[in-house]
Amino acid sequence: MLEITDLHAAVGGKEILKGVSLTVNAGEVHAIMGPNGSGKSTLSYVLAGRAGYEITGGTIRYRGEDLTALAPEERAAKGVFLAMQYPVEIPGVTTLTFLKTALNAQRRARGDSELDAMGVLKRVRAKAAELKVSEEMLKRPLNVGFSGGEKKRLEILQMALFEPKLAILDETDSGLDIDALKLVAEGVNALRSPERAMLVITHYQRLLQYIVPDRVHVLSAGRIIKEGGAELAHELEARGYEGIVKDAA
Amino acid sequence: MAAVETREKVSALAEKYKYGFVTDIEMERAPRGLSEDIVRFISAKKGEPDWMLEWRLGAYCRWTGMREPNWARVHYPRIDYQNAYYYAAPKNTPAKQSLDEVDPKLLETYNKLGIPLSEQKLLAGVAVDAVFDSVSVATTFKEKLNEAGVIFCPISEAIRDYPELVRKYLGTVVPVTDNFFATLNSAVFSDGTFVYVPKGVRCPMELSTYFRINASETGQFERTLIVADEGAYVSYLEGCTAPKRDENQLHAAVVELVALDGAEIKYSTVQNWYPGDEAGKGGIYNFVTKRGDCRGRDSKISWTQVETGSAITWKYPSCILRGDNSVGEFYSIAIANHFQQADTGTKMLHLGRNTRSRIVSKGISAGRAQNTYRGLVSVHPKAANARNHTQCDSLLIGKQCGAHTVPYIESRNPSARIEHEATTSKIAEDQLFYCLQRGIGQEEAVALIVNGFCREVLQQLPMEFAVEAQKLVGISLEGSVG
Repeated sequence: MLEITDLHAAVGGKEILKGVSLTVNAGEVHAIMGPNGSGKSTLSYVLAGRAGYEITGGTIRYRGEDLTALAPEERAAKGVFLAMQYPVEIPGVTTLTFLKTALNAQRRARGDSELDAMGVLKRVRAKAAELKVSEEMLKRPLNVGFSGGEKKRLEILQMALFEPKLAILDETDSGLDIDALKLVAEGVNALRSPERAMLVITHYQRLLQYIVPDRVHVLSAGRIIKEGGAELAHELEARGYEGIVKDAA
Repeated sequence: MAAVETREKVSALAEKYKYGFVTDIEMERAPRGLSEDIVRFISAKKGEPDWMLEWRLGAYCRWTGMREPNWARVHYPRIDYQNAYYYAAPKNTPAKQSLDEVDPKLLETYNKLGIPLSEQKLLAGVAVDAVFDSVSVATTFKEKLNEAGVIFCPISEAIRDYPELVRKYLGTVVPVTDNFFATLNSAVFSDGTFVYVPKGVRCPMELSTYFRINASETGQFERTLIVADEGAYVSYLEGCTAPKRDENQLHAAVVELVALDGAEIKYSTVQNWYPGDEAGKGGIYNFVTKRGDCRGRDSKISWTQVETGSAITWKYPSCILRGDNSVGEFYSIAIANHFQQADTGTKMLHLGRNTRSRIVSKGISAGRAQNTYRGLVSVHPKAANARNHTQCDSLLIGKQCGAHTVPYIESRNPSARIEHEATTSKIAEDQLFYCLQRGIGQEEAVALIVNGFCREVLQQLPMEFAVEAQKLVGISLEGSVG
């Protein structure tokens, strides 16, 4: 599904990723853990194609294709989804309007017919109840005045709605209390499927108690310094990043 | 069919008129330049009564002593008023034989707006041979209005058929002497719309120039007069979201609204005239005077405008809040892209007691455009308890455009309460990225964000209009990010 080889990337001329290699197969959930400033978010933005995140070396293959050759919106239409750490507010655009616009843009790009407002609403409703996204929330402007939990639930709702093939969750646990975290994790787990790959980026092990990964990669200073199974997350929790970094050095 | 008869009558009259250049009845255009003779010619062509001719001549005489205003933040080459044409008969523009002869860019826009083929032809000035749909629509429309006693016709027709009504109100809101462009319009106005809604009548439908027969023939000096008698209500839609095919560069329209006791007028405009090309060449100069008079107690006038076209927009739809408890509203979206210049806003003149006004202005600048909000809120000594709330928001796209806010506030009554809020923002990179990541392309993302920014104003538009206006917002900003 995703094959990253010796990836180097820079932001504002400063190299942040210094040779990351990573392979995620369909059906797998991988966790990327690492201290602040290790390059976790940079990796997610590079995968999504954000402007200003410059690839200076290496390759990214996605389903056999060179991902870096695609514009961000093309990546989205081809099934790359990034649940953001800080979902953005768009004043005056209701959440439902945004969902409809996005869903139809993706469908158009794939050559599918567009859905009318009722068609979109039906699909949204089917997913919204489980994530406790109310009708009232759908009528409010996108993310404007939403609580931290509401914003993250809406990200997962979008993930459910767009049915991506590769879902990247960037610090989805940040700013969530334990109930909200469980709700979000359940939403994510419900989307685990043999056809879907997930990359869960997190600072803390907490989230991984609920979303149990197949593989854990520890990112430090732009390199993956340690890899292992789900148990690696527990080791990190016990020893802290410093210990692991020392071992690797 | 009345229109054809009218035209025949008019040309018959014109034939009798003995001025040097009129003898040739085939002539459809007055010579270049403006003079007393030209004013007489226009009046004669329209078969106007003497009082109307006198009115025009008075305006012309006044205009010759006036100077073009230069206080607006717009720059354009000097207009040579003696080198322009002031009268061209509708038939003058040769009809195109098919859509193939029409500028493909124009057609592209029509398609994006989803305008049906028959209407595209009409808008683009292509000869339409078959009876097209809106003729029958227009007929049923007229019957309904007749039943309600509403008068809705070209102003040239009203001058002949309802002279007492026209004389009573014409020039009472925008006096002949008001300003350079209004005075010019008074002298040479080509045609326009007249609406009268009788006492206590709620106009049974939205009135739109679009449905008025001959609507496309009003020309560059349009004149509109709308009167809502006591307790009447009318909603009027001006313009069309499709770009007008138009070779005239200078437009100077005048719109007057009169609301008597308890009456309400809602006036909505979507202006999408040719803005000039991406290099700033060509485009319409739009110098408009629009003013509403809340003459009666408890009356209300509401302006909503979506201004996306024209190279230069100079326009300040205003409300004179004369009647006690009267209400004035101004909701505006002004989009300027490439080299467009917009200087637009409103005046709220509080004369009566307990008068209230609300101003919501959304200015969007992109490319190298300059967008100015210019507004006046004035509270006169007798206007006890006047209230105003003004909100001016500017959105900038790119680094080479400008947004300017020039609010004037005058209060001569201590009980007045005036609030002014202003913001300036940019489309944030993270907003754009968020949209892109969800599969929405750059241009659609800009349109979505800008429509969100304008939402408060778009909501004021009648439903069908709002949908088209939303699309138009996107189209006007194409190529603004990239």
